[in-house]
Amino acid sequence: MERILEVKDLRVNFKVRGGIVQAVRGVNFHVNKGETVAIVGESGCGKSVTAQSLMRLVPSPPAVTTGSILFKGEEVLTKSLRQMENVRGKEMGMIFQDPMTSLNPTLTIGKQITEGLVKHQGMSAAAAKQRAIEMLKLVGIPNPESRVNQYPHEFSGGMRQRGMIAIALACNPSLLIADEPTTALDVTVQAQIMNVMKDLQVKFGTSIILITHDLGVVADVADRVIVMYAGKVVESGKTRDIFKNPKHPYTRGLLESVPRLDQKKDEPLIPIYGTPPDLIKPPAGCAFAARCKEAMRVCLPNDPALVSVEGEDHRAACWLNHELAHPISSEGGESA
Amino acid sequence: MIRFLLKKLFYMVVSLFVLASATFFLMKIIPGNPFMSEKEIPKAIRAMLEAKYGLDKPLWSQYLTYLNNLIHLDLGMSMKQQYTTVSSIIGTGFLYSLQLGIFAIILSVTAGIVLGIIAALNHRKFLDTFTIFIAVLGVSIPNFVVASGLQYFLGVKLRWFDVAGLNDPTDYVMPTIALAVLPAAFIARLTRSSMLEVLTADYIKTARAKGMSGRIILYRHALRNAILPVVTYIGPMTANIITGSVIVEQIFGIGGLGKFFVNSITNRDYTLIMGLTLFYAVILMLARFLTDIAYAFIDPRIKLSSRKEG
Repeated sequence: MERILEVKDLRVNFKVRGGIVQAVRGVNFHVNKGETVAIVGESGCGKSVTAQSLMRLVPSPPAVTTGSILFKGEEVLTKSLRQMENVRGKEMGMIFQDPMTSLNPTLTIGKQITEGLVKHQGMSAAAAKQRAIEMLKLVGIPNPESRVNQYPHEFSGGMRQRGMIAIALACNPSLLIADEPTTALDVTVQAQIMNVMKDLQVKFGTSIILITHDLGVVADVADRVIVMYAGKVVESGKTRDIFKNPKHPYTRGLLESVPRLDQKKDEPLIPIYGTPPDLIKPPAGCAFAARCKEAMRVCLPNDPALVSVEGEDHRAACWLNHELAHPISSEGGESA
Repeated sequence: MIRFLLKKLFYMVVSLFVLASATFFLMKIIPGNPFMSEKEIPKAIRAMLEAKYGLDKPLWSQYLTYLNNLIHLDLGMSMKQQYTTVSSIIGTGFLYSLQLGIFAIILSVTAGIVLGIIAALNHRKFLDTFTIFIAVLGVSIPNFVVASGLQYFLGVKLRWFDVAGLNDPTDYVMPTIALAVLPAAFIARLTRSSMLEVLTADYIKTARAKGMSGRIILYRHALRNAILPVVTYIGPMTANIITGSVIVEQIFGIGGLGKFFVNSITNRDYTLIMGLTLFYAVILMLARFLTDIAYAFIDPRIKLSSRKEG
């Protein structure tokens, strides 16, 4: 399969007053053409920074990004600002979390769609407007002919996010980065938005990177899942493998903390206790060890590598998968 | 739109009425009258003068006469300057103040916004610190210091401009600068803080993600959103500037409105006080009205019809 994006050893450091925050600490992953890759993890694990650094949208300074991002065979990190402008919007589109704040309140929706078309595809204003109406129709906005002249405040939250999708996909980019696109929306609207994205993915053959902490959405749409914790990938693999056979305690914790329909009323949800580590001084060993129920002596000083585990393309970074560790299925893993 | 205009107009008339009445009675409360001077005037002459200006009548009668004249847009004769109507005093004075004011407004708005943007784009760098330092100076140095400073350096030392008067076009330079410094500094600070806020907004990130160039992001996306607080300030500022500055006009020897304002009060020139107060109020209201309309043009979320009287 054609790899459209290949990220190697991506590191993003933020210089702050207290030191250097290592937001992303050596992330590797790839995205194939036409597939949906979900990046999951709790707040502050580096998933948004990873996503934004793909388009070089992380403000720099204070951020310093190193490593390699190959997009369609070209290195993104060494491109000039002008070259980046021709990648952003044209080759990669981005949808943000909060549709209430990510649209410009003083410009019509139409204008916000057409400005990209005029810039990247050299369309005339009239042609671009026609295309904008078409896009609004595609994302399921009724009366696109009149809606195109309206301002964001005349749209509801769900409609705005549809508008955002129209903006992001207007130039038919090869990669769509959706940064928690449904988090700020009503549950009923969430499904609609995901459906719009899925439909358009099929229509245009767009690859999607979906950043989310909603595992329900992931199960629904993602082909592959990347689980991030404390700025690193802790597990990655096919969606099915991740859900059926998670190989990292953090992934299992995430899955257990989701309420299930078949759960009994008095059965409590199982949270992951504690908070992620301070990324100014990340721990030397496994970053999850402090919160891990199955942590072993080896975990504290030694950081486990992301290695292949059972299942195709399935990788996890956990000592429990080491041949010398207890089988995960057995009770308690405190001895190493 | 028409309903909005009518509503505005109605409120303006009501405010003017309240203001006119308040000024009228306050003025009467101030001790003294126009015909008091160091030299005692003979009683007979004083009675004649009072009769001439209707000051011998009871207060309510004076008030009604005054209101009646006002409705007919008659501001009366000045009590101190013989044979001069209040309207003609305002007319000549305002001409100077307006001319100077317009120059000062153009200068302060352009300089303020440009400096504010420069500062915001160079946030926490040298240019930002430097601009803000200048702005703080501009806000804190009183304009009579600026005015005399300009006179001394540009007028006396360098001899670039005439020290006072308004005869040549170049004579406008120093008073304009003196008038513009404070509002320019204020606008620069407003623009800077407003821009800094807007530049971190999500929709700016969206614009960058669309591949828009820095210039388009600045002008199309950021500035229009950041300018609203500045417009709010520009409205009343306009009224303030074009009605004349007492100090600057005094220093540069310009016969603008500001000078008359102070003189009319010390002279107890009743009709002139009333006329100037109302004139100032009308200008202020017009400025605010225009601000409201400007809002609606800049920010589509603001609709004229739904805006409450502010």
